[in-house]
Amino acid sequence: MLFAALGDATRLSLLRRLSVDGPLSITRLSEGTGVTRQAITKHLNTLGNVGLVRYARRGRERVWELERKRLDKARAYLDRVAAQWDAAAARLKAFVEEG
Amino acid sequence: MSTDRIEKRVVLRAPRARVWRAISDAKEFGTWFRITLDGAFAEGKTVRGRVAIPGHEHLKVEMQVERIEPERYFSYRWHPYPKDPAIDYSAEPMTLVEFTLQEAEGGTALTIVESGFDRIPLARRAEAFRMNTEGWGGQIKNLAAYVS
Repeated sequence: MLFAALGDATRLSLLRRLSVDGPLSITRLSEGTGVTRQAITKHLNTLGNVGLVRYARRGRERVWELERKRLDKARAYLDRVAAQWDAAAARLKAFVEEG
Repeated sequence: MSTDRIEKRVVLRAPRARVWRAISDAKEFGTWFRITLDGAFAEGKTVRGRVAIPGHEHLKVEMQVERIEPERYFSYRWHPYPKDPAIDYSAEPMTLVEFTLQEAEGGTALTIVESGFDRIPLARRAEAFRMNTEGWGGQIKNLAAYVS
C-alpha cells in the first residue's frame, strides 16, 4: 500500500529529509526529531517495504536513501486523476454557461 | 501537500440553481461527465452506468450516493479511474467525491474534492500506468515539491 505508507507525518518528514540532505544514517535521521531510533527504523522499514527508500551498509550502520522513481510514480498517479477532474470541470463549465 | 486528496475550485458563470441541476440530475451529470447512468441520484442509492466516450463504452461506473443537500452539497463514493473491465474492484476501498456550491461574484463557486487515495493499493497505481494511453506531460515533479 504505497499511499498508506505515505500517509504519516513522520514518514513524510523522513522522505523530506532524505530528499533535501541525501543518504543519511538512522542516527542522523533521528537527531532532533524527538522520535526514537527504533521508531525511525520501523518507519523506514515501512517505506522500504513499498520501495520508497532503500539502504546500504556503511560499516555497522545502515544508510538510507530515496527510491526516487517510485515516488515520482505515486505523484504522477494523483496528477493523472487531477487532470481528469480538470477536464471534467471544464466540460461542466461549458455545459452550464452555454446551456 | 496531501497524498490523500485532490481539490479543484472553479467559478462557473451560471446561477447556483443551474449548476446544482447539472450536478444533481443524473442525466445532466452524465452529459458533461460523459457517462450514461441508469437512474436518478438519491441518498444511499447506487447508480450504475457506462462511460460514454467513444472507444471506452466497455468501462462500467458505479456511484454510491452519500449525501444530497439541495443547491449546496452532493457526494458519492466510487472506485477512481482508470478502470480495467477485466478487474473486479468490489473489494477495494473507494474514494469519496464531494461537490460543494457557494455563491460567488458573477456566478457560482464549485469545489470538487476527491479523497481517500491513501487507501488505494499499490497495484492500482501501477495499473494507472499500464492503462495510460493519453500521455500526460510534465508529470514528474521533484520530491521536495511533492512532500512539502
